[in-house]
Amino acid sequence: MGIEVVVEGLTKSFGKQRIWRDVSLTLPAGEVSVMLGPSGTGKTVFLKSLIGLLKPERGRVLVDGVDMVNSPERDIYETRKKFGLMFQDGALFGSMSLFDNIAFPLREHTRKKESEIRRIVMERIEVVGLLGAEGKLPGEISGGMRKRAGLARALVLDPQIILCDEPDSGLDPVRTAFLSQLLIDLNAQIDATMLIVTHNLDIAATVPDNMGMLYRRELVTFGPREVLLTSEEPVVAQFLAGRREGPIGMSEEKDAATLAAEAAAPRPQADGPRAIVPQLEPSPGLPPRRAVARRRERVLGMLDRLPPAARTAIQRTYATGGTPGVPGAPGTAGTAAATLPLPATGSGT
Amino acid sequence: MITGALRQTGQLFALAAEVARAIFRRPFQFREFIEQFWFIASVTILPAALVSIPFGAVIALQVGSLTQQLGAQSFTGGASVLAVVQQASPLIVALLIAGAAGSAICADLGSRTIREELDAMEIMGVSAVQRLVVPRVLATMGVAVLLNGLVSAVGILGGYVFNVFLQDGTPGAYLSSFSALAQLPDLYISELKALIFGFIAGIVAAYRGLNPRGGPKGVGDAVNQSVVITFLLLFFVNMVMTGVYLQIVPPKGG
Repeated sequence: MGIEVVVEGLTKSFGKQRIWRDVSLTLPAGEVSVMLGPSGTGKTVFLKSLIGLLKPERGRVLVDGVDMVNSPERDIYETRKKFGLMFQDGALFGSMSLFDNIAFPLREHTRKKESEIRRIVMERIEVVGLLGAEGKLPGEISGGMRKRAGLARALVLDPQIILCDEPDSGLDPVRTAFLSQLLIDLNAQIDATMLIVTHNLDIAATVPDNMGMLYRRELVTFGPREVLLTSEEPVVAQFLAGRREGPIGMSEEKDAATLAAEAAAPRPQADGPRAIVPQLEPSPGLPPRRAVARRRERVLGMLDRLPPAARTAIQRTYATGGTPGVPGAPGTAGTAAATLPLPATGSGT
Repeated sequence: MITGALRQTGQLFALAAEVARAIFRRPFQFREFIEQFWFIASVTILPAALVSIPFGAVIALQVGSLTQQLGAQSFTGGASVLAVVQQASPLIVALLIAGAAGSAICADLGSRTIREELDAMEIMGVSAVQRLVVPRVLATMGVAVLLNGLVSAVGILGGYVFNVFLQDGTPGAYLSSFSALAQLPDLYISELKALIFGFIAGIVAAYRGLNPRGGPKGVGDAVNQSVVITFLLLFFVNMVMTGVYLQIVPPKGG
């Protein structure tokens, strides 16, 4: 089972430039979480801080009792073996073939025999669909293949925490959809805690149990997916709809004058009600995700503290498609609607 | 500006200390060490030999001409041998190690750094210092020591040939003045110098390689800087070591 990751009051700057401050969140054990954010809001920096590659000035990241920020190097190295990280462009070793790249963690950290290594590596290569390319050098394959090879390498030590840095960048929509399914299948198989950093809306809508968003040097929100998907926060609403109208501008954030002009102009309310797409299920033949039951309990327990829109959405999800065994969640029992229409988010204050 | 320079210096020393500690940490990367050793040896042996012949000859000619004017031709051999063993040889080794091996190490580590390979390695719980830097530094040290022996021998031979054939020196005088002036500590200090120069060259190359500034151009700049910084450091350290040696080891002839 995956490990819980607790982040407390994390603050990171490069020189005078503040990246984000006071980020606190908990990645629940075994669940899939997504961190959204416009380009350049320090999502990758956040990932690297989680594994202790970058050192934030303040705050803690607790993994299994080890603080990845302040603990001794030795403990951090030891804890890192529980992580698998998929880099944006794979970060494969250019001088090694794909096979050797994927075998690297095994050869470094285990005393397995070469035949056993071969078996494990080929298994992972098959999972990410790279059979036949194992002899190639990273320079000889496409970006998408490099990414998948990077994922295979991240998986080879059976990590308990998997971090994915923009798994979709450079992939076409079909491959992205396959990758989303692959991530969910993985979660069902190894029950690892997963954090995906992305700005892809399809992944955000279908993959995670929990969602957060980084914007304007802060964590806007983090919680069950319904909270963010129904959020009326202007930044979140604009981002999820992919609109130009809203606080997010081309460079960073818009200035007051532009915002006022926008507010004065008639609003093109074309996007209608936002719908919550049901979460992906593991492929047929795979065990159910154990995280689902745990999440249900956790989310229902915190229901009172959630905003009303999110509460309704959660109740509907669990009332309709919910796992059997847990008696009917309180609230409206919607008919078997897979897609739930929700009130349009306002342009709000 | 000054704090920046001090910070760089501090980080360089921190890396040196980390490498020194990691040398004794298991597992030792034997394979990487052998590969690097072989690589460094293969790029430095031939140039070292080719440089040391004319270098030995120049010293022999220069010293020969001087001793002739002073009327001390019989000491040509000893003087030129001491100059070759104590000064010329470690410096030739240093230049080649820094220029050929150091630049290659710096470029290799630098390009890996900007491709995030080293980050990936750190994330997999493998220390880049232990896995990559330690074998390289040890290899530069080892090759430097062995190369120093080669350069000394070839340089002395070159000096001998030029002295005997071009300056009409006698083989007997060359050899006897050699044994009259030279002593074993001269060889020790020569090898010690080579060892330390190898360490410095390896550390500086690794330090610049691990911290390139921005993209591919940054790697090029880093290689350039690593060679220049190494040269500066080596000549300075050489001066200090020579000064200390001359103070604490009494000359044989005196």
